[in-house]
Amino acid sequence: MKKFVNHVDTMLRESLTGLVEAHADLLKVEFEPTFVMRARPASTKVALISGGGSGHEPLHAGYVGQGMLDAACPGQVFTSPTPDQMLAAAAAADTGRGTLFIVKNYAGDRMNFEMAAEMMETEHATVLVDDDVAVENSTHTTGRRGVAGTLMVEKMVGAAAEAGATLTECKALGDRVNAATASMGVAFTSCTVPAAGRATFDIGPDEIELGVGIHGEPGRRRAPMMSADEITNTLLDAILADLKPAPGRQVLLHVNGFGGTPLVELYLLHHVAAKRLKTAGLVVARSLVGNYTTSLEMAGGSLTVTLLDNELSGLWDAPVRTAALHW
Amino acid sequence: MNTTDILSSLAAVQAAILAHEADIESLDRAIGDGDHFINVRRGAEVLVAMRDELAPLPPGPAFGKIGMKLLSTIGGASGPLISSCFIAMGKALNGAVEPSPQQLAAAFAAGVEAIKARGKAEVGEKTMLDVLIPAARQWQALADADTPLPALCEQLAAEAERNMLATRDMLATKGRAAFLGERALGHIDPGAKTCQVAINAVCAIFAADHLNAQQLQRSTTP
Repeated sequence: MKKFVNHVDTMLRESLTGLVEAHADLLKVEFEPTFVMRARPASTKVALISGGGSGHEPLHAGYVGQGMLDAACPGQVFTSPTPDQMLAAAAAADTGRGTLFIVKNYAGDRMNFEMAAEMMETEHATVLVDDDVAVENSTHTTGRRGVAGTLMVEKMVGAAAEAGATLTECKALGDRVNAATASMGVAFTSCTVPAAGRATFDIGPDEIELGVGIHGEPGRRRAPMMSADEITNTLLDAILADLKPAPGRQVLLHVNGFGGTPLVELYLLHHVAAKRLKTAGLVVARSLVGNYTTSLEMAGGSLTVTLLDNELSGLWDAPVRTAALHW
Repeated sequence: MNTTDILSSLAAVQAAILAHEADIESLDRAIGDGDHFINVRRGAEVLVAMRDELAPLPPGPAFGKIGMKLLSTIGGASGPLISSCFIAMGKALNGAVEPSPQQLAAAFAAGVEAIKARGKAEVGEKTMLDVLIPAARQWQALADADTPLPALCEQLAAEAERNMLATRDMLATKGRAAFLGERALGHIDPGAKTCQVAINAVCAIFAADHLNAQQLQRSTTP
């Protein structure tokens, strides 16, 4: 294993310390228990709190700041944070207008946030993000996973909360953005959880994993390597089959890298995907390209499409000032 | 059984889990995301470190304390599940200083019920519950029939192993392996394996006074 690590047990603490050192104007960190919050907490707004396993940086701590989250709870690498972190973050960010938890639909995240919510004594609600169309929803599974589309929920609800929306409005908006968002990813290589010290899964040099999750967990099927056009068609077919957008609809196209794929490929992917969306009669009105929801050093990436309307476009365009997203 | 017995069984569980590191890790890499063993080990280490803090408490409050500690230590999916189990066992035992076999079996059943409620899973979904639910039923039935401890332990350990192995041929409908569909077939569930290792360790400890523990050290390699 070749990684910048001193000791796996201190890795998270050292990394979070570096994050707040690099963004001291925006962020501060607490360690007992661990959460990252705004350096200058907001005084009157619904508190937005997210969290999840580490290894997906900049998700979520990189999205703490004006116009997005109030606090984020990082767990160990690929491991959900614990309820005490969420309760401490909620207490620190509380302004008396309620707390909204934004949770990716993974069993661990859901159960830990659920236990925190049960112990909360102040007003709260939860938005469950499940944008990944790779794994079918059914009554028998834990449902679809929450992946790169989480950023759209955090950005748009963040803008609304900043503008004074109530907890009920933020919750309804979060559910609406989630319903309007669909994602699917593909992995070219595996990734190594530092504490495990070896690759999470085996994949041949000419194989790809279609529909991979953000921990490198397998998705729909293993396939031989194919062209960018073919990969894009596979991902967008599934996404559009899920969203069923009307022709002429404006969309946000998010090309997300998993951490090990260079931008030269991600921009190429944007070009191919935008062309395909145009052929489908859609208008790519907003774009975001880069490594925003990563899986450590995994190569590959995901496409996310959000169906826009005037309200959602406005919320996307609203000012944001975080470590990883700012305009 | 008193708190001293609980502490020795926790130490035995930790040792057994460490001894099965390679097995459990490879199962999780096959159908999970590779963090299960790391999380379980973190929990087991914290429990052993709590020894002095737990020693003066009756079993019920000790289990409650263990549950709260694990809740803030393990994380992932196993954290809330295992913590809910200990918290519910603690509540069920209440202040009993030397709970009877029947009380213990009932407390374990309450703990397993808490896992079912939190994880919204049942038998047959390729999870830890495939080992735990039958173990809870069997333990209660054996305790109600006043089965002698060595026989009770031997039967519980054998049944846990059988149920752990049976997850190999199950389709996962809950937990991380659910995303794999048919590809999870042929792999034992790592959560089921961890629970079987833990049950086997506890059974071996309790049977040790009455039975040569070697008899229980049957191979558990898949």
